[in-house]
Amino acid sequence: METKKIPTRNGFGEAIVELGKENRDILVVDIDIGKSCKTGDFRKQLPEQYLNVGIAEQNGAGVAAGLATCGKIPFVVTYAAFGSMRICEMIRQEIAYPKLNVKIACSHGGVTPANDGASHQAIEDMGILRTIPNMTVVMPADFASAKALVKAAAAWEGPVYLRFTRDAVPVIYGEGESFEIGKAKQLREGKDVAILANGDTVCLALQAAETLAAEGIEARVLDVHTIKPLDEAAVNACIGEIGKLITVEDHNILNGLGSAVAEIIAERGEGKMKRIGIQDQFGQSAPYERLLEMNGITVENIVVQAKTLLK
Amino acid sequence: MDAKELTALKNKATELRIRVVDMIWKAQSGHPGGSLSVADFMTACYFKYMNVDPAKPRWADRDRFVLSKGHVCPAQYAALAMKGFFPMEVLDTLRKEGSPLQGHPSMNKCPGIDISTGSLGQGLACAVGMALAAKLDSKEYRVFSAVGDGECNEGEIWEACGTAHKYKLDNLVVFVDWNGLQLDGTCEEIMPPVSLAKKFEAFGFEVYEIDGNDMAQVVEAMDKALAAKNGLPKCIVGKTVKGKGVSFMENQVGWHGVAPNDEQYKQAMEELNALYIKEEA
Repeated sequence: METKKIPTRNGFGEAIVELGKENRDILVVDIDIGKSCKTGDFRKQLPEQYLNVGIAEQNGAGVAAGLATCGKIPFVVTYAAFGSMRICEMIRQEIAYPKLNVKIACSHGGVTPANDGASHQAIEDMGILRTIPNMTVVMPADFASAKALVKAAAAWEGPVYLRFTRDAVPVIYGEGESFEIGKAKQLREGKDVAILANGDTVCLALQAAETLAAEGIEARVLDVHTIKPLDEAAVNACIGEIGKLITVEDHNILNGLGSAVAEIIAERGEGKMKRIGIQDQFGQSAPYERLLEMNGITVENIVVQAKTLLK
Repeated sequence: MDAKELTALKNKATELRIRVVDMIWKAQSGHPGGSLSVADFMTACYFKYMNVDPAKPRWADRDRFVLSKGHVCPAQYAALAMKGFFPMEVLDTLRKEGSPLQGHPSMNKCPGIDISTGSLGQGLACAVGMALAAKLDSKEYRVFSAVGDGECNEGEIWEACGTAHKYKLDNLVVFVDWNGLQLDGTCEEIMPPVSLAKKFEAFGFEVYEIDGNDMAQVVEAMDKALAAKNGLPKCIVGKTVKGKGVSFMENQVGWHGVAPNDEQYKQAMEELNALYIKEEA
């Protein structure tokens, strides 16, 4: 049976309308890529809560900060490359430092804007945001979790960076599944190896676990949708109970999920791991699957790395 | 405004200047030049126009002040202390460890600071967000913001202006502190401002050009700006003197970010105290 696929940006688009209807303080601050980031319905249905500041990301971040000081909950909506790097210092100075209730909601995470090429592929964003105090950094794995985590972000007091996919990714969760920011979701139990993934790579981790199971290797699979605050208890449980960990992410291997997990392993002085992610190189215009393949972000490579760890 | 009120306001500005130089001298660190040039606008805001309550610094309906040129916070700290937001002695802790008076303003540390600033070009966008929130909620509060002339080199200032115009923020008053000097030299030399008034006008602001160190002109422009409920954001381009009130600091690039020594402090105090206008009998 063909798995149903939906871009996670669509989950954001649906959730933000529902949130906006429940709470008039929820605002969208668009930066002229709203259509692409799925705020079209919000704009139509909630025009009084909808702002568009034009192609001016820096200003968008500042305006959102000002709005937040007055009790609003603005979602600044743009692409991940711009919502992290173009406005990095505005986020640091005007949103994170004063700990304001601003959400940065970004489509086009990782290499999912595949055909757009390197300029639009955000491979550094989560790592950069992770180093800013007071920030929370989240990437949902599928449509339903995107919806749930957008709502969790709205309820979370303080700044949150949310990262969605441009391209369609397989449905993993049913609607109504509950998610908590900072709490990893265990999707499969196993005692031989732990695969920790987030975003569009969670589906690869699940497929790899099935392949491994067919060969008698049982993998625990975790959806680590929040890389900050990291679910240290879940990571420590993997280290203590299994000791062999693989991280998988559609992000540079530097400073993302893999680095966050490696920090715990290194300080603890036990556990072995392999990091799978973008190999510290820029992308190009190419099919999405090809871009993942060029970086070893594949089911096959997860299986290979698992076996290497088990040797 | 009658002459007596104007005199009182001018004396407040003098007191503010004295406190600015005093706290920077005690800290042996800070930015006296721009703090002194913006002093008259700051004084007018806090002692004539702004609807604030020192007992409730986060009161939802208060007027807001955004110091986009955050490095001149000694001027705002002095105003806040004089207004009663915190005891006057706190001014002596400027830039010291654990002080609410950070080198650049922090909203979560210092009562009366409406947004943290310090990285140039960013404050105005925040002020726009606040003014926008008032419009969205049909509230009456106003937002005042001081922007530096050098700061107008930053592109984000002009992005914010676009938004202020688009959303008809006639509850926003921007003061451009045109003292003509920035850190590395004169504005003309570093990045010629051409006409700041024309620029703000082109971005859809109603603009008033004044001598920003003449309290009577500041008050006149503010009265006009606040009376005109015409859907246009307001900009007061104030020609000012960096270091205003202290002869050896006036128009000197070198006094952007250094503290006076003991001898200079003594002279500054003598000069500033001489600015007080005695009330007519």
